[in-house]
Amino acid sequence: MSGTVAASAIGFDEVTLGYGRHPAVHHLNGEIATGSLTAIVGPNGAGKSTLLKGIVGALRPLDGHIRLTLPARASVAYLPQAAEIDRTFPLSVYDLVAMGLWSRSGALGGIGKGARSRIEEALSAVGLTGFERRPIGTLSGGQMQRTLFARLLLQDSPIILLDEPFTAIDAKTTADLLDLVRRWHAEARTVVAVLHDIDTVKRVFPQTLLIAREPVAWGATAEVLSAANLLRARQMVEAYDPHAAACDRSAA
Amino acid sequence: MIDYLVGPFSEFAFMQRALVGVIAIALGGGPIGVFLMLRRMSLTGDAMAHAILPGAAVGYLFAGLSLSAMTIGGLAAGVIVAVAAGLVSRFTALKEDASLAAFYLLSLALGVTIVSLRGSNVDLLHVLFGTVLALDDNTLLLLASISTITVMALAILYRPLVLECVDPVFLRSVSRAGTPTHLTFLGLVVLNLVGGFHALGTLLAVGMMMLPAAASRFWAADITAMMIVSILIGMLSGLGGLLLSFHLELPAGPAIILTAGIVYVLSLLAGREGGLLWLLWPGRHLEA
Repeated sequence: MSGTVAASAIGFDEVTLGYGRHPAVHHLNGEIATGSLTAIVGPNGAGKSTLLKGIVGALRPLDGHIRLTLPARASVAYLPQAAEIDRTFPLSVYDLVAMGLWSRSGALGGIGKGARSRIEEALSAVGLTGFERRPIGTLSGGQMQRTLFARLLLQDSPIILLDEPFTAIDAKTTADLLDLVRRWHAEARTVVAVLHDIDTVKRVFPQTLLIAREPVAWGATAEVLSAANLLRARQMVEAYDPHAAACDRSAA
Repeated sequence: MIDYLVGPFSEFAFMQRALVGVIAIALGGGPIGVFLMLRRMSLTGDAMAHAILPGAAVGYLFAGLSLSAMTIGGLAAGVIVAVAAGLVSRFTALKEDASLAAFYLLSLALGVTIVSLRGSNVDLLHVLFGTVLALDDNTLLLLASISTITVMALAILYRPLVLECVDPVFLRSVSRAGTPTHLTFLGLVVLNLVGGFHALGTLLAVGMMMLPAAASRFWAADITAMMIVSILIGMLSGLGGLLLSFHLELPAGPAIILTAGIVYVLSLLAGREGGLLWLLWPGRHLEA
């Protein structure tokens, strides 16, 4: 990794994200440090995926700012929840993975010898050597997730966002993919992952943001995931209120 | 036998021109059809083909059976309907397929009415079913230019176009090429339909896109191979259809589309990638 090293990779200033005018993430303030490994934990409907969409820019904040510290020409690598991939499309594993090189080769640039060897390295890193020519429609769920991780590897991005990457994935695949997450952390990339498995979070992720539409606790994983905090998070997910009044909390 | 295949083309200039025309249409139409199919827009292509009719008809109203007037009218109408359907689906509760269906029914009725205002039934047939056996120099140039533009544009757009079909969320996260790519692609669809319209008419123009593309799906598991197969099938259908029409004295446009239809049915039955016969007799399962 090169370029400027800022203290925080992602900053939130009074961020409110939502759909229509209804907030899914309410008044979030804070920083995600460069090179940190953060888990986002919370009940269903707590706004975890919404938060990632906000960071990647797919959803514009209703209020506030999200600051990204990225070198020029780099973009955030984002693995959405149950990626909206058309699995019936006649495309090979190799070609899908190769798309991770987009930020370097763009729509027209060639994929040379060096790039091809990087693609092969990425495939071998996720344990998919020999699957190059397989159509993506023939992959199992775990193999598909490995393919998408290979693509993330090639994106070579300083900020990596993962939305429930291990849901419906077996233990062996999860362990292999977690090794990649550790490797990214060791390479000083900023990794943010939405997770449901508290044990995995405690084992692998030093930082945790516990969220239930509003941040409940944020900091070192062991302190954040206390029984009291988890209980509070469960109680804080409110029902959808079609007649909610405008929020008048001061934006200061 | 050879005389049966080559004779018509060596003897008659209009058959040579027709062959060049359908080959040009197959070159552009095949890959466009493959992308329409993979983007689940097969019926969009059909609807847009009808949408061209009133535009071409207005051109006809002003200038008779003039190449440029009908081309410009058709292009304008195609673009208007594509954009209008897109806007309606984006800003109202109506889905794009429903709004396209509404627009194309309207277009078809409007187009036939406009042509009838001035012309005879022969002219109406000309507009609806084309005149592949009467292609003049300018029409051939137009068809060749359209297929050249199409092939070059697809080469440039290939990556974003594929990515937009497979994984639109990923494309949006790495690039803003998505929307311009989609719009350019719609433009190419209209362009090819207008080209096909001169040879095959508004009703059948889309046939040289969708039938070869649908047939190619049964022979190839890879999009590059599918595009090549679809072009070959298109050319073969053009050749076969022209011969059929020459020897059996059938109308040429429908004969070409019928040939493409026969290729499609054969592919559906025997195609190596999921053809029906392979489903019925899959053979013993493999070891791994």
